[in-house]
Amino acid sequence: MSLWKKHAIFETNSILLVIGVLIVIAIGGLVEITPLFYLKSTIEKADGVRPYTPLELAGRNIYVREGCYNCHSQMIRTLRDEVERYGHYSLAAESMYDRPFQWGSKRTGPDLARVGGKYSDDWHRDHLKAPKSVVPGTVMPAYPWLAQTDLDLAHIDDDLRVQATLGVPYTAEMIANAQADAKAQAGADASADLVKRYPKAAARDYDGRPERITEADALIAYLQMLGTLVDFRLYDDKANMR
Amino acid sequence: MMPTTVTRKSMTIGEGGTALAFAALAVSSIVVAAGAHTPEYAFHAWLSAAASIATVFAIVNRYYERPAQLPPATIEDKPNYNMGPVKFATVAAVLWGIAGFSVGLWAALELAFPVLNFDLPWISFGRIRPLHTSAVIFAFGGNVLLATSFYVVQRTCRARLAGDVAPWFVVLGYNFFIVIAGTGYLLGITQSKEYAEPEWYADLWLTVVWITYFLVFLGTIMRRREPHIYVANWFYLAFILTIAVLHLGNNAAIPVSVYSPKSYIVWGGVQDAMVQWWYGHNAVGFFLTAGFLAIMYYFIPKRAERPIYSYRLSIIHFWALIFLYIWAGPHHLHYTALPDWAQTLGMTFSIILWMPSWGGMINGIMTLSGAWDKLRTDPVLRMLVVSVAFYGMATFEGPLMSVKAVNSLSHYTDWTIGHVHSGALGWVGYVSFGAIYCLVPWLWNRERLYSLKLVNWHFWISTIGIVLYISSMWVSGILQGLMWRAYTKLGFLEYSFIETVEAMHPFYVIRALGGALFLIGALIMVWNLWRTVYPREAVAASGQPALVPAE
Repeated sequence: MSLWKKHAIFETNSILLVIGVLIVIAIGGLVEITPLFYLKSTIEKADGVRPYTPLELAGRNIYVREGCYNCHSQMIRTLRDEVERYGHYSLAAESMYDRPFQWGSKRTGPDLARVGGKYSDDWHRDHLKAPKSVVPGTVMPAYPWLAQTDLDLAHIDDDLRVQATLGVPYTAEMIANAQADAKAQAGADASADLVKRYPKAAARDYDGRPERITEADALIAYLQMLGTLVDFRLYDDKANMR
Repeated sequence: MMPTTVTRKSMTIGEGGTALAFAALAVSSIVVAAGAHTPEYAFHAWLSAAASIATVFAIVNRYYERPAQLPPATIEDKPNYNMGPVKFATVAAVLWGIAGFSVGLWAALELAFPVLNFDLPWISFGRIRPLHTSAVIFAFGGNVLLATSFYVVQRTCRARLAGDVAPWFVVLGYNFFIVIAGTGYLLGITQSKEYAEPEWYADLWLTVVWITYFLVFLGTIMRRREPHIYVANWFYLAFILTIAVLHLGNNAAIPVSVYSPKSYIVWGGVQDAMVQWWYGHNAVGFFLTAGFLAIMYYFIPKRAERPIYSYRLSIIHFWALIFLYIWAGPHHLHYTALPDWAQTLGMTFSIILWMPSWGGMINGIMTLSGAWDKLRTDPVLRMLVVSVAFYGMATFEGPLMSVKAVNSLSHYTDWTIGHVHSGALGWVGYVSFGAIYCLVPWLWNRERLYSLKLVNWHFWISTIGIVLYISSMWVSGILQGLMWRAYTKLGFLEYSFIETVEAMHPFYVIRALGGALFLIGALIMVWNLWRTVYPREAVAASGQPALVPAE
């Protein structure tokens, strides 16, 4: 009786086959995923990284809704040309509050991990409305409806609350003021409280239409803060060298 | 288990339970629809309510119309196969296939000619690209898998499908999931995890459907009247189980409210990235590979009328493939913030994976030993065998691209898109077409296909399409990768990003042409299948005018 014959035990017993499959497929995932929850390089924090402001979060949700991740990555790899083209390589800590992550898998358009501050609000507004008006060779679709649609902030506090239960450090105060903070950041009034709660949060009228808070306000607020939280003049990238 | 000796007509627990569950679902859907935060979500809730009410009606109506006794598992000691759900899934696969290929063509044309986005939200590229991927993978591929798995498990176990309502629940429920997912993308409901875009409520629904699928499949295996479980069923079982695990792991999310379509995933940042590509790569490994290898292990021997080349090779192929695939995910995250060791593990296992993949390819192709002449005369068999050749090509290219140095060039470019399509069009597409060409005459009791000549045309037109598609993507991908990293003599980056985008245009046009040819091939298949099921002679004999199919 050869060893091959022993395989009959799986072929004649469906439950054993099921158990065998489950054990075999569990191993790889467990080995690769579990350590990411306790290794220093994946859970360490970086100075400056904070949760998204309610307006930025609303903008991020529009980014998700429109499927921007299909063409834009948010992950600068540790390669010379990428660092020179886009800026400092991305740190794990910079996306620690990203649910879900937006690293992307395709660059039909450029990486956006550090697009914040690279262009003016006006540029973004024109670009979203008619991309070819500022980048003639682009293949990006136009998003004219963003500037015409009022931002829905009715339930933004729920968004923060759910993330808080998942461990994102949104305080009760932040949740209570979510709607007011979003409106303040979109330019209604630049309150000092906003910056206290969310350091570096920039309050202004992003879409050039002060009378309305639109989806364009939120999306541009999000794009303008991407990659700006960590000050790389102070960041010590040799600290983790072993 | 069904009662076999019922004399008085009564509702089975399955019928009554399902009807009650759907009645409850209808009520809760209406409540949710009334309080929904967004009109898009309300639309889905109404859709769910309507489908639930229709289901209750269908179950009760079926009960009144059926005889007291449920169909027996065997008639005169021969298995009484349940082919209704198989037929449904086969038709659904063909229809979704055409839809998915068409949307893919449209997406390709949008990249070549952005004016085709028409400034409309619901057809802009970011929304229809997921529609394309889900339509071809889950709608077309998923229905092919449902149809073939329910067919193969019955035939190889010589047993009727387990359950009475359950198999119908699986095929109808799965297709309802597809409708919710697809309309959701167009309306902007997505959680943005690639190949897992549907939001929490669609995911919950799919979980229920999928567990039922597993129980029906396993229940049928347990009824088998063959001592051994056939190799195709191992692969189907591994596919069903692993997809369940992956689906649950990757979609773990908390909804903002039951009245909101939005949810937040429990994993964040780098952990989410790893979980996503553990899922993403194994959607390829188990949905698009293990499941379709099961098709290979049944349909190629059947069509060639030869036994599987090597039993031992299939044992090695099976266990090695399912063990190794799971590890390959991190090769989607080379040079990112994922730790180096994980990247290296992913790359190493991806390279090792080449071996069982080719073991499977050899097992499939060598099954033709002694029947090679059939490749000349049977274009269906040729399609099946060429699919395995494409499988071999894609599973060589994959490990190559998982090497970090290669990946630094290929990642984020069209090379990846080309690679995926050599697997999707060549392997998954062709093995599915081959299986469908076999299944339709079997299921509808036709002697043969309407025309083998048309199969030949399908084969050659779509092969030219695939070649155009993948070669244009190789060129554009490698070109763009090289342009991104090109430096001038003075040490500056040579090209701005937009210059690399502009350079892609001719290849995007060629790619769209390739996609169009593939779609034309599939339309030829639809015509052929239509004529197979509804032959002209039969219609003429009954004195009816010939019907023109609505294509």
